[in-house]
Amino acid sequence: MSHMQGVRFLQGNIACAEGAIAAGCRFFAGYPITPSTEVAEWLAQRLPKVGGVFIQMEDEIGSISAIIGARWAGVKAMTATSGPGFSLMMENIGFAAMTETPIVVVNIQRSGPSTGQPTMPASGDVMQSRYGSHGDYAVISLSPNSVQEMFDLTVEAFNLSERYRVPVFLMADEIVGHMRERVVLPEKVETFTAPLSRKGSKYYFKPDPRTLVPKMQVFGKGYNVHVTGLTHDERGYPATNDARVHFKLVRRLVEKIERNADEIIRVEEHYLDDAEVVLVAYGAVSRSALAAVRELRRRGTKAGLLRLITLFPFPEKLVAKLARRAKLVVLEMNLGQILREVERCSKRRVPFLPKLGGELHTPREIVRFVEALK
Amino acid sequence: MRVEVRFSGFGGQGIVTAGIILGRAASIHDGKQAVQTQSYGPEARGGASRSEVVISDREILYPKVLRPDIFVVMSGEAMQKYLRDLKKSSIVIYDSSLIKTPPARGKPYPVPATLLAKREIGKTIVANIILLGALTTITGVVSREAMEKAVLESVPRGTEEMNKKALHIGFSEGERLVKS
Repeated sequence: MSHMQGVRFLQGNIACAEGAIAAGCRFFAGYPITPSTEVAEWLAQRLPKVGGVFIQMEDEIGSISAIIGARWAGVKAMTATSGPGFSLMMENIGFAAMTETPIVVVNIQRSGPSTGQPTMPASGDVMQSRYGSHGDYAVISLSPNSVQEMFDLTVEAFNLSERYRVPVFLMADEIVGHMRERVVLPEKVETFTAPLSRKGSKYYFKPDPRTLVPKMQVFGKGYNVHVTGLTHDERGYPATNDARVHFKLVRRLVEKIERNADEIIRVEEHYLDDAEVVLVAYGAVSRSALAAVRELRRRGTKAGLLRLITLFPFPEKLVAKLARRAKLVVLEMNLGQILREVERCSKRRVPFLPKLGGELHTPREIVRFVEALK
Repeated sequence: MRVEVRFSGFGGQGIVTAGIILGRAASIHDGKQAVQTQSYGPEARGGASRSEVVISDREILYPKVLRPDIFVVMSGEAMQKYLRDLKKSSIVIYDSSLIKTPPARGKPYPVPATLLAKREIGKTIVANIILLGALTTITGVVSREAMEKAVLESVPRGTEEMNKKALHIGFSEGERLVKS
């Protein structure tokens, strides 16, 4: 087997790199940036040993372009970056969405805007992962909160990207990326690869009527594959003046995620059955939030935690349901991003505890905030 | 029980490595839970460096250190910076060849690690391993066996003997301080 196995004490970024190898990733293009650099460093050593290719590009624009190209050459591909690099990737993230290219982009978030605090954690790029490129499209964003999940969710990111032919973002933060914990790396992981269209078929953008996901085709197999960011028909050929073709295509790019949302979305529910106050958190913050929930219960408040593992597609139905029977409270390492999603779904303002500057919410701060709400 | 350990000093002194080795000793070899985190400036060497380990018998949620039970410190600057986080009961293991004034808070354990590393081994780079040895016998937070295994599997190949020697110097230093 090619990826690292067994019980290890590993850094999150390295667990992510090993998860990529386990998932079948054999191409990485990137430009090093704190706090994501260890993903690239590790894969630079590891990929050549498993028959893969690592390339350090001139910048992040080159990096995202290279992985899109690699996937159309038939190889699973990934890049890793942080805020400033993520911003540079935005145009071609739209290209990947439009051309339905399965890629994985890892963002180990640091404090922005701009170069901000390179070594400090934040969750400031969450909305950018959903809406950062121009035009309408949909993506999948995941939020790990442990080193084990840096491995597991990287595997899942690849599988989701292949299943739905969509860019998938692993939206970690500096804490989870740099933290070390014991992990158990399985011998074998389940992997999925986008199926290729039938021999002779020219319609590699023709969707499956149920899932809305088209079968794929790759370069070098003898087909006349045409991949363009222009509005295209089901053969991949430009059709830029036809409103119906454009509507059908763009509507489907969004709907293929919306329609499959129940299958995609994963959350963790803690003490929700009788909860009167439900904390909503993700990433490293969700660890503090769970500690706070336990402390609140010890002190007599019926608290619960909804931990988002999937940030997008957003778990709208679940949040709306919880909002009807409990008081929601949002905690984030930003000035309110997922907060707006929670408020949208609960149709009211929601108490919010932000944290900026590089420190994680402490359980005590959360307990105090929740108790003061009464 | 939750034990919070903080290592601090300058970049290049092996502060982060010390944290990783302690975390590995506890979580892989002693069967406990451990989380190691770090913080550092953008510089590679010379900047302030901090590495933290939380060790517990149970699941560790909040991964950072707020009030260290054990503080291992290798620069006067770091001592000043983190003094206010210490409790009366905090064990402060400090490199007394680099820090001349004992800490104003906590229980002081002076170990002249850099000096011993230079004199006994000829390389100051193993000072952090000497401090890990002292930490082991002073606090008992991990077993000697676990620490030795973790050191040996964490250091570069070919340096095992040197690091083992450094670790044992640290074990004895710690024992001496506990007895005195």
